[in-house]
Amino acid sequence: MGFQHYILVCGGTGCESNKADEIFRHLIREVEEQKLDEKVQVVKTGCFGFCAQGPIVKILPEESFYVNVVPDDAQELVTEHIVKGRPVERLLYREADSKKHARVDDISFYQKQFRIVLRNCGFINPEEISEYIARDGYAALEKVLFEMAPEQVIDELKSSGLRGRGGAGYPTWMKWNFTRGAEGERKYVVCNADEGDPGAYMDRSILEGDPHSVLEAMAICGRTIGADKGYIYIRAEYPLAIGRLERAIAQAKEYGLLGEGILGSDFSFDVELRLGAGAFVCGEETALLASIEGERGMPRPRPPFPSVKGLWGMPTVINNVETFANIPVILVRGAEWFGRIGTEESKGTKVFALTGKIKNSGLVEVPMGTPLRDIVYNIGGGIPDGKQFKAVQTGGPSGGVITAEHLDTPIDYEHLQELGSIMGSGGMIVMDETDCMVDVTKFYLDFTVEESCGKCAPCRVGGRKLHNILTRISKGQGVPEDIDKMRRIGRAMTKASLCGLGQTAPNPILSTLRFFQAEYDAHINDSLCPAGKCKDLVHFEIITENCIGCGLCARRCPVLCISGERRQPHEIDQERCIKCGECFAVCKFNAVLRA
Amino acid sequence: MPATAEPTLSKDVLDFINEWRDEPGNLIMILHRVQQEYGFVPREISLLLAKELDVPLARIYGVITFYHFFKLEKPGRNQISVCMGTACYLRGGEDLIQELENLLGIGVNAVTDDGEFSVEAVRCVGCCGLAPVLTVNGEVYGKVTKAQLPDILAKHRDE
Ligand SMILES: Cc1cc2nc3c(=O)[nH]c(=O)nc-3n(C[C@H](O)[C@H](O)[C@H](O)COP(=O)(O)O)c2cc1C
Ligand code: FES
Repeated sequence: MGFQHYILVCGGTGCESNKADEIFRHLIREVEEQKLDEKVQVVKTGCFGFCAQGPIVKILPEESFYVNVVPDDAQELVTEHIVKGRPVERLLYREADSKKHARVDDISFYQKQFRIVLRNCGFINPEEISEYIARDGYAALEKVLFEMAPEQVIDELKSSGLRGRGGAGYPTWMKWNFTRGAEGERKYVVCNADEGDPGAYMDRSILEGDPHSVLEAMAICGRTIGADKGYIYIRAEYPLAIGRLERAIAQAKEYGLLGEGILGSDFSFDVELRLGAGAFVCGEETALLASIEGERGMPRPRPPFPSVKGLWGMPTVINNVETFANIPVILVRGAEWFGRIGTEESKGTKVFALTGKIKNSGLVEVPMGTPLRDIVYNIGGGIPDGKQFKAVQTGGPSGGVITAEHLDTPIDYEHLQELGSIMGSGGMIVMDETDCMVDVTKFYLDFTVEESCGKCAPCRVGGRKLHNILTRISKGQGVPEDIDKMRRIGRAMTKASLCGLGQTAPNPILSTLRFFQAEYDAHINDSLCPAGKCKDLVHFEIITENCIGCGLCARRCPVLCISGERRQPHEIDQERCIKCGECFAVCKFNAVLRA
Repeated sequence: MPATAEPTLSKDVLDFINEWRDEPGNLIMILHRVQQEYGFVPREISLLLAKELDVPLARIYGVITFYHFFKLEKPGRNQISVCMGTACYLRGGEDLIQELENLLGIGVNAVTDDGEFSVEAVRCVGCCGLAPVLTVNGEVYGKVTKAQLPDILAKHRDE
């Protein structure tokens, strides 16, 4: 029996942290108290993607989109919207430049999006397998078990053009085909849910919002390559996703969709979780396998590739969460349909975590080939606080920057590579004029130096050297030769490092040098940080003419180094100043100079 | 660890070990369970694990020290993790650490004298849309400002 209304509450980590669960419970209580349980269903779903506006509540069929909801709003939502049929105006989402309330479909954040991977995220209750099944869930597995030969599955993936979403963009069908053809007593399917790129959370949201799509795809992979066991290697930092996966696995077993003799066939397949423990290098496939084996997560040279010698020496397919999540839809709707989305070389969609200096930060899925401008301005709503756009960083610590002049570049594997960046796993970090390229690059090198496992010298030593040079430059102690030196060390690391971590660690430097060398030069030649970010190169001064002596800065200063009589111009004691910038931020009279 | 005569593995941990004993590659999962129980991996427990699982202590320490997630020191009663992922870094994660230092008198990877709080910097907790983010005992706080920190601390101090 259908319901007249569905109230969907976002249960992604972002919204949960803002009391979404309490909102959910309050709504249920209201619905029960007002005896509406037969007419209204309250559902907690996966992430809606529009995280900046959370917690979000969506009511169907009206498609009302309520944002920044608090638990106490539950009563009003039920009494007004459901009972009296009057939308609660004050909570409805409005576009920045309009007074009109937007329905979900009209919200520009969603308009340019195309949801394949996130098709169920925010629509179904991820803790209820029946809801997944109701949306064609496990239909692909059924097809693979009873209607398709393994070769046909591989052919279908081949004509779909699906490439790995974990970073390198390797054609998925080839991996499966190699592993299928490899000799081994046993074979394994591994899902890489380590999501190490800091600033990215696509995989987390997929697992939280639609865990069955990944389980189904892993079973399909098992059938195709001849494996009966799968592992999901997931970060321990993702407790909600772990919980949803455990529940999903248990339910799938109950329904006979995992375990012995799936759907009455002769195919058995089991999935087990293995937790990561906070080591970025474990996202690299050979290190990941070592970690599942309970060892230190050190990479080893390839070949042999995991498709030949993987987990416990057996042929293994390793795919990323998002790669897997694409597969059931491809098999249900067909390779031809999928192949029409995207560009010639890059098919389908890509999910990005759009964050940093952007108004509508959140999770977005767009067809491959969408221009960056659409993502930043139409979906993302542009840069907040009237600041200037400076660059977008993709690919995290292995990637690079894309600048304003390249905003019309279509986003796909090839174009990003041409620009010296990479697609990466989907982190997309927007930077504005106040972000210093030397500082951000140093941040990434901090990261790779810390995360380097230390096994090979190019990465261990080269990374440290690069980091030292960057630190010097950010303190104004760089010398002009440093630029060349960094390029040389970078090239050596790219060529000689053992794994992708070291090979790509210099990318943030090489890329920012390509587009922002002037900024490096300013640090080196003029001891100047144009963005005003590098603490050793800025100093703060009070402009006597503008200062009215309100004393706000003196009260805010954490080290009490600002002094002055009331209503008289104040002064900063440069000796004691720690350059936190607090005075600059609070002054309402432009009386603090940052130089 | 309290100074009891013989440290022992709790029943829950032992049950877990028994469940995982024959699983290949079980060490990391068992260490997760131990840390969940004690908040860190005490040396005495590692010694017991070495006997129980029949693996050299050096191998256990090799694994513990490789992975950032495992701790060898007892953390504070309230564990504050400040996200230093890229999104949070750009939006002022560092300032939060600085302010916590002002308020608690401790920097990263330290515990307050009274054992109430410990502070660590972590990589992306996956709520980048809410940057800057910190978690206290796993509870996520998003869009945190320096001004909110005293209240957050007070709330957990009283709990
Ligand atoms: C240092 C390093 C970190 C990586 N981190 C991840 C990660 O977090 N998630 C992921 O799916 N792939 C990651 N990869 C890529 C994997 O090695 C592998 O290529 C990928 O999981 C394959 O899946 P795909 O073909 O579906 O993309 C990383 C690679 C390197 C070198
Ligand atoms: S960068 Fe802080 S939550 Fe992702």
